[in-house]
Amino acid sequence: MKRQRTTQWNDADCLGLGWASAAESKQKGKQGGGGEAGGSQGKGGGAKKLAKKGEELKEEMDALVDEIDEVLEENAEEFVKNYVQRGGE
Amino acid sequence: MAIPTVMGTEIEYGITVKNDRDFDPISSCVLLVNSYREERVARILWDYDQENPLADARGFQVDGEKYTPNQQENIARNKTLENGARYYVDHAHPEYSCPEVTNPHELVVHEKAGERIVEISRREANALLPEGMLMLIHKNNSDHKGNSYGSHENYLMNRQASFKQIVEHLMPFFVSRQVYTGAGKVGSENRAQPCDYQLSQRADFFETEVALDTMVKRPIINTRDEPHADREKYRRLHVIVGDANMSEYTIYLRQGATALALAMIEDGAVDQELSLRDPVRAIKEVSHDVSLKHEVELQNGRRMTAVQLQREFFEMAERYVASREMPEWSVDVLAKWDEVLDALEHDPRQLADRIDWVTKLVMMEQFMERKGLDWQSPEVAMMDLQFHDLRPDKGLYYLMERQGHVQRLVTDAEINRAVTEPPEDTRAYFRGQCLKRYGDEVFGVNWDSISFGIGDEPIKRVLMAEPLKGSKAHVGELLERSKDAAELVLNLRA
Repeated sequence: MKRQRTTQWNDADCLGLGWASAAESKQKGKQGGGGEAGGSQGKGGGAKKLAKKGEELKEEMDALVDEIDEVLEENAEEFVKNYVQRGGE
Repeated sequence: MAIPTVMGTEIEYGITVKNDRDFDPISSCVLLVNSYREERVARILWDYDQENPLADARGFQVDGEKYTPNQQENIARNKTLENGARYYVDHAHPEYSCPEVTNPHELVVHEKAGERIVEISRREANALLPEGMLMLIHKNNSDHKGNSYGSHENYLMNRQASFKQIVEHLMPFFVSRQVYTGAGKVGSENRAQPCDYQLSQRADFFETEVALDTMVKRPIINTRDEPHADREKYRRLHVIVGDANMSEYTIYLRQGATALALAMIEDGAVDQELSLRDPVRAIKEVSHDVSLKHEVELQNGRRMTAVQLQREFFEMAERYVASREMPEWSVDVLAKWDEVLDALEHDPRQLADRIDWVTKLVMMEQFMERKGLDWQSPEVAMMDLQFHDLRPDKGLYYLMERQGHVQRLVTDAEINRAVTEPPEDTRAYFRGQCLKRYGDEVFGVNWDSISFGIGDEPIKRVLMAEPLKGSKAHVGELLERSKDAAELVLNLRA
């Protein structure tokens, strides 16, 4: 049963990257894996496009880390230490 | 044999107040629940009279103390809302039980409406707290200190289905479904093997296979037998093994796949022998294995991964759905179940936009890498909590959702509507509409009844033993005709 992937990360998918492995592969210099889905990348400009995609994804991930940083509880250690619940069902 | 789907969830939320040296969870819960203002419901009782939590599905009654609050306590702790939900204090947790729905999509809508209602009341409660204190609510199951609280699912079943069969087939289903239902958790608890990260917030807390208790020595399959419906016809399967899920997709798949598994069990369509040698051990092994490669041992000697077990259930479900008239949602659930299993089989991180434990894991990995942190860092434990924070501007799940990193299945318009409107196709409609129309005359409510205090007359209790009766189609016209409770009761009798 062939299905269309309808995730927000269609571009990431056709590179065969989940959005975490994009950062990994950028680091290891890999150029994306399994591209059986999508595969609209032409042969010539393919590698360049992939690299750019990887770069964009890395930026987006960095941006996410920054956003998390902004809202994350400042006194993490204290909060975690003091967070206690009664047992429930 | 398999009956139309009726389901609902009850979520116990975590509660805390920052900078409150004398924090008392119970009084904070009472404040929270009472801060949600729907005028008419302010003084309605929850009707404990017909509740029987000590009835065991294996056919006996357990001796024990059934706690029933006095009237004043009752009113303070219980709110039945105009959308048919129950919002109340359960021991030391705020709890939201959504109204009865007939399909997984509606379940997502109403569970999410519950989050909104709890958040609205949190904001109101906060306004009443002394300067510097901050009430926080988390939709989670674990405090990293050995305490756990539940997110329960309820599924209406045919009473004819043998409980023994239900236990036998559901056990491996529950142990393995964590691969897509887990909410993710940093570390381990309750004397389980240490680990950096695991799939489920609850797995470590399960200590027996089948039992009545929900708070100590928790069982994978709970035998509580309180149908809140015609007990000759129905069973309400009370599932305590699930996680508090944030992602709409995860909630949807959890409900849909489980409902299909139950329908198959009712119809004797589970034809694979998948019983596990040691489910209590396996549930932790599966949860602790983020690689998804660990094989659990079956009673018949075979070894399979949790994903393979789910694949077996999926294939049976596919054959089952193809062989009969099934509700529309079953086709979509199958499609999503298949997609998710595919991803779990090949590249689980593809599911970062759909499945809670993956979203959380990937988010944490990114953060640790960028900041040079590790699994022992307090920031990571903090992320585990803050993922479940209900504040839309601070909760990390909501951040992911807002930035488009996770898929949505329902709309904000649907959720907002469900905050005040009951589902139209179950008895929740009758309950909610009675509260809207005759709220001043409602004396008490339970899932399967509603009582009216009309003038000086004795209380009149209307029984609602059929979950599918009381729908808009069934009573809409009757309600329109009845301008007050007296007329309603008269018209019901006619």
